[in-house]
Amino acid sequence: MASHRVTPALQRVLFTWQHVAWKSRCCAVASHAKYSTVYDPAEKTFDKILIANRGEIACRVMKTCKKMGIKTVAVHSDVDSSAVHVKMADEAVCVGPAPTNKSYLNMDAILEAARQTGAQAVHPGYGFLSENKEFARRLAAHGVTFIGPDTHAIQAMGDKIESKLIAKKAKVNTIPGFDGVVKDAEEAVRIAGEIGYPVMIKASAGGGGKGMRIAWNDEETREGFRFSSQEAASSFGDDRLLIEKFIDNPRHIEIQVLADKHGNALWLNERECSIQRRNQKVVEEAPSTFLDPETRCAMGEQAVSLAKAVQYSSAGTVEFLVDSKKNFYFLEMNTRLQVEHPITECITGLDLVQQMIRVAKGYPLQHRQADIPINGWAIESRVYAEDPYKSFGLPSIGRLSQYQEPVNIPAVRVDSGIQEGSDISIYYDPMISKLVTYGSTRAEALQRMEEALDNYVIRGVTHNIPLLREIITHPRFVSGDISTKFLQEVYPEGFKGHQLSDSERWELLATAVALFVAAQLRSQRFLGNLRVSSSQQEQRRWELSVELEKGVHAVTVSRSGSTYAVDLDGKRVDVSSEWNLASALLPVTVNGTQRTVQCLSRSASGEIDLQYLGTSYKLRVLSKLAAALNKHMPEKVPEDTSSILRSPMPGSVVAVSVKAGDTVAEGQEICVIEAMKMQNSMTAAKTAKVKSVHCNAGDTVGEGDLLVELE
Amino acid sequence: MAALKVVRSGSRLLNGFQSLLNNPRKVTCGVAATVTKHPRWYCVSHLSVQERIERKRKAALSGGGQQRIEAQHRRGKLTARERVELLLDPDSFVEYDMFVEHRCSDFGMEADHNKYPGDSVVTGQGRINGRLVYVFSQVKDFTVFGGSLSGAHAQKICKIMDQAMMVGAPVIGLNDSGGARIQEGVESLAGYADIFLRNVMASGVIPQISLIMGPCAGGAVYSPALTDFTFMVKDTSYLFITGPDVVKSVTNEDVTQEELGGAKTHTAVSGVAHKAFENDIDALLNLREFFNFLPLSNKDSAPITECHDPSDRLVPGLDTVVPLETTKAYDMLDIIHGIADEREFFEIMPNYAKNIVVGFARMNGRTVGIVGNQPKVASGCLDINSSVKGARFVRFCDAFNIPIITFVDVPGFLPGTAQEYGGIIRHGAKLLFAFAEATVPKITVITRKAYGGAYDVMSSKHLRGDVNYAWPSAEVAVMGAKGAVQIIFRGKENQAEAEAEYVEKFANPFPAAVRGFVDDIIQPSMTRKRICRDLEVLASKKQANPWKKHANIPL
Repeated sequence: MASHRVTPALQRVLFTWQHVAWKSRCCAVASHAKYSTVYDPAEKTFDKILIANRGEIACRVMKTCKKMGIKTVAVHSDVDSSAVHVKMADEAVCVGPAPTNKSYLNMDAILEAARQTGAQAVHPGYGFLSENKEFARRLAAHGVTFIGPDTHAIQAMGDKIESKLIAKKAKVNTIPGFDGVVKDAEEAVRIAGEIGYPVMIKASAGGGGKGMRIAWNDEETREGFRFSSQEAASSFGDDRLLIEKFIDNPRHIEIQVLADKHGNALWLNERECSIQRRNQKVVEEAPSTFLDPETRCAMGEQAVSLAKAVQYSSAGTVEFLVDSKKNFYFLEMNTRLQVEHPITECITGLDLVQQMIRVAKGYPLQHRQADIPINGWAIESRVYAEDPYKSFGLPSIGRLSQYQEPVNIPAVRVDSGIQEGSDISIYYDPMISKLVTYGSTRAEALQRMEEALDNYVIRGVTHNIPLLREIITHPRFVSGDISTKFLQEVYPEGFKGHQLSDSERWELLATAVALFVAAQLRSQRFLGNLRVSSSQQEQRRWELSVELEKGVHAVTVSRSGSTYAVDLDGKRVDVSSEWNLASALLPVTVNGTQRTVQCLSRSASGEIDLQYLGTSYKLRVLSKLAAALNKHMPEKVPEDTSSILRSPMPGSVVAVSVKAGDTVAEGQEICVIEAMKMQNSMTAAKTAKVKSVHCNAGDTVGEGDLLVELE
Repeated sequence: MAALKVVRSGSRLLNGFQSLLNNPRKVTCGVAATVTKHPRWYCVSHLSVQERIERKRKAALSGGGQQRIEAQHRRGKLTARERVELLLDPDSFVEYDMFVEHRCSDFGMEADHNKYPGDSVVTGQGRINGRLVYVFSQVKDFTVFGGSLSGAHAQKICKIMDQAMMVGAPVIGLNDSGGARIQEGVESLAGYADIFLRNVMASGVIPQISLIMGPCAGGAVYSPALTDFTFMVKDTSYLFITGPDVVKSVTNEDVTQEELGGAKTHTAVSGVAHKAFENDIDALLNLREFFNFLPLSNKDSAPITECHDPSDRLVPGLDTVVPLETTKAYDMLDIIHGIADEREFFEIMPNYAKNIVVGFARMNGRTVGIVGNQPKVASGCLDINSSVKGARFVRFCDAFNIPIITFVDVPGFLPGTAQEYGGIIRHGAKLLFAFAEATVPKITVITRKAYGGAYDVMSSKHLRGDVNYAWPSAEVAVMGAKGAVQIIFRGKENQAEAEAEYVEKFANPFPAAVRGFVDDIIQPSMTRKRICRDLEVLASKKQANPWKKHANIPL
């Protein structure tokens, strides 16, 4: 922490977190950080800004616009007509139907919306058109300001080979490799030999892991060259490849830069984004536990020199790979606002969107490098509507039947663009929110994150809170020992949820049992006058049985006030709570430890689903008698899943490779489902004949829909 | 416990020994002591009666012995007594008629070994969550003639039904019977009829619930059919007039028991049963939960339980539940779960006529009946099955003082020959009749479409709706824009323009609101709060229909 250059002048309260009551339906994010930044009403920027995006980032941008006194225009697809960002904006224009290429990527419609509403500037958010130079160019032609860098910077940084050359020239550390297009496989082998294995072969135009291969020897290089060029050609229509040294087990650390149109540029410290799955970030933090002041400064200065080299203006991010010896290598520059920008705002006190708007208007930067502090620690968890038990997250869709953000916890910021009742559809990114916690130390920020995750109520869609909570409490993460391989290394068999320790198991069992008794007792309390007297004498002692993960435990419970003493396999566990059975959150004290558990469902036949330590557990509580008799109940045979292929997620069927009567081998592709821009190959679980095919290419399917039946 | 209670009443016969016998554990030593001290005749007479009592009680309780019990368990079923014990609060069951035996003397039935104390049914009363209920549980066990219904069996059932009527408490029947006792002939048939008569007399006086837990065939099916609710257990219960063999011989159809009268058939196809459960335990525990929604009799108001859900809770999710395109479906259950206490909704007939949703929920702790069109299925239109389903539910609620909340999104009655030939006019009229005659508090919320005659039917203001609300998305009109324009502007150009004009004029809540046919246009998120407040006010509602012997609902 010695590295924090906090000037006395900045020893002010950078973050006053305010709990704002649900003032308006439009405002999904109920907690606002008060940035140290001053919103000077005299500083004229724009009268009206159009936000060419949706979801949380559109809301995020609008929030700053409102503070700056700027009117906002939302664009939206038809299915988003009642989305939060639409309600939040002063004006809204529908720019097309649900598919993104017809709406949020539809430049003509967005330009027309800007013209029609008289918006003077467009903020593109991230994704969609944010790094599209054509869009920036066309806006300029229409006299509308693009809130972002100039087109040439977008272009220069958008191409991997060109950006690397520029970076090299600007004295930025780059990954050793060949700075040009590799002609054929043999040249690839030669270059690889020069660089030294392992090497990475990747498409010049690539991104998102497509057209990328790692090679450890000559043979793999040849093969990798062939595959990558094919993939690059089919994915990007550009088969140019480059080769560079593969940095094994690196960290992903990026530097936020901010530059103006007057040649000034600042670096706003780093963000550590090593926790990734499929090259998508899951948990980010600022600062990084790994960087020392010297490395940070070196990285920052290189990032700034790169920004200057392309006359960058606006906010941007220079991504680096950092190896275990703190060598860092330039990866790429993102010429837009990043998803994870809030954590930088937390530790620096800047409002990046405000800065982007000011810079776009032509104002010089307000800060000097020395003014940029690292105050405290901020962590961001990306809360997604996805099933973390399937390859660390496959998209899930649905209606948020209940939704409650943990904004009553201090120092929690939730950036979201949805609210209770919103639909998470197959058309867009399944992100629910960015949950950011802040603390004066990392431990404090982590502690708050744990609490925030436990108090986050999301019902109606599957979400990744189980995974997030496991990550932020994992000893390796807590100690800062992470890399981009973290998830694969920690969960080599895939994520399986929280693994209960013995004492946690007792706690969970006792909580479920106490909840059961509280519910039973309440169902005996009738109000008003009963014509036939209710003779019940309240039961004092309960003999029950509780089942969890096939283990059955006999328990006895006795009550005194709101405390239930649970005797479980000879252990005594005391559970107390207010027992508000209507609340989604159940604060309990178990043997003195306070926790928030969530009761996801409770059925008449004793099934209780509890979310405990982030993971949901299925329990069943029965009376001793019912439990004894339950063993006579026939076990219903579940359907044979090996002969039935169901869609693991909602999406659309891209291709069906088999027809009824075909014989398929185990592992053979049966069909391809596309969801959230990802193609998933569905394979046969056994060798068999295809009995029937229930889907066609182009169909939209829901999770669990029957695709193909085998014999 | 049951045994203990009967011991107590039995001991009253033995005047002097009452105190001695109050604690049965002391009996052995107490009697032993008595033997030495008291005149011999007394003891002998007492012991022989006592012995006989014990012997018969033991026989009754053992239900045919351990072997039979195990056989029942092997079939995945519980015994009649186990079922009663699970259904009722611990130690609350008070058994009646444990000593009743059948009176048949033909076919060697009079032999002692053919008589079983209690015969083939267990009857009595007990408590569910402290509230009184009468219960009978049939013993489908081959020692007791397959649980077949004898005159004595019927008499036992009738006895508790009579008392339930007088006391004003529901009757729950756990049905698992082989049918009529053929050896008894007409006496058995008379027994059925005695029960049927009581079912009818009790209808609308006390709630009657049947849980089918095994076969129920022939005449026996009509008792469940006459009760208010029939529940089934999946895979082990059947209801049919005649079994597959007879079906084969008469109509030459090949059909399995399950297809003919299993839980799936009756909950999804015939509409005979209201819900099915996974197994005996699941069914009995759910029945306990269900029981809490019901008043004990028509003299009681709907029960109010302790409620933790704030009655003024806003439900922001409801503001976006109705899609902007009027043709797009949504799930009415989202609305119902949203407004109900703790999102709890006990749906009745969830798999039958899914275009209407009916069931019980609580508002601020008070039981309400909810009826809603389901836009997700067949656009939520009314057809024969949904009308009948809705009508029966509404009448139950009205009979038992349960307020009715109706959510309306109905494009009209389903057209077509199938419906017309099937008598949609007659069946649709049932729902109309039911809503119109109901005098319980009636609150209606029009969420979107309320078109044509179906608007009138769905608890409209005109049918004495107490409070009728419209959401801003409501459209109350004779029909949708397209159809209306084709009639009003037949053959005219500019159909699209006319359509837009129609939409502007009618596809909104104003035409109904300016006439006072809806009392208010409310924000969807306020719906729970408003309904809870209205129910508070309407709790003392008094309304009576003109005197009549009974109405003549179009059956």
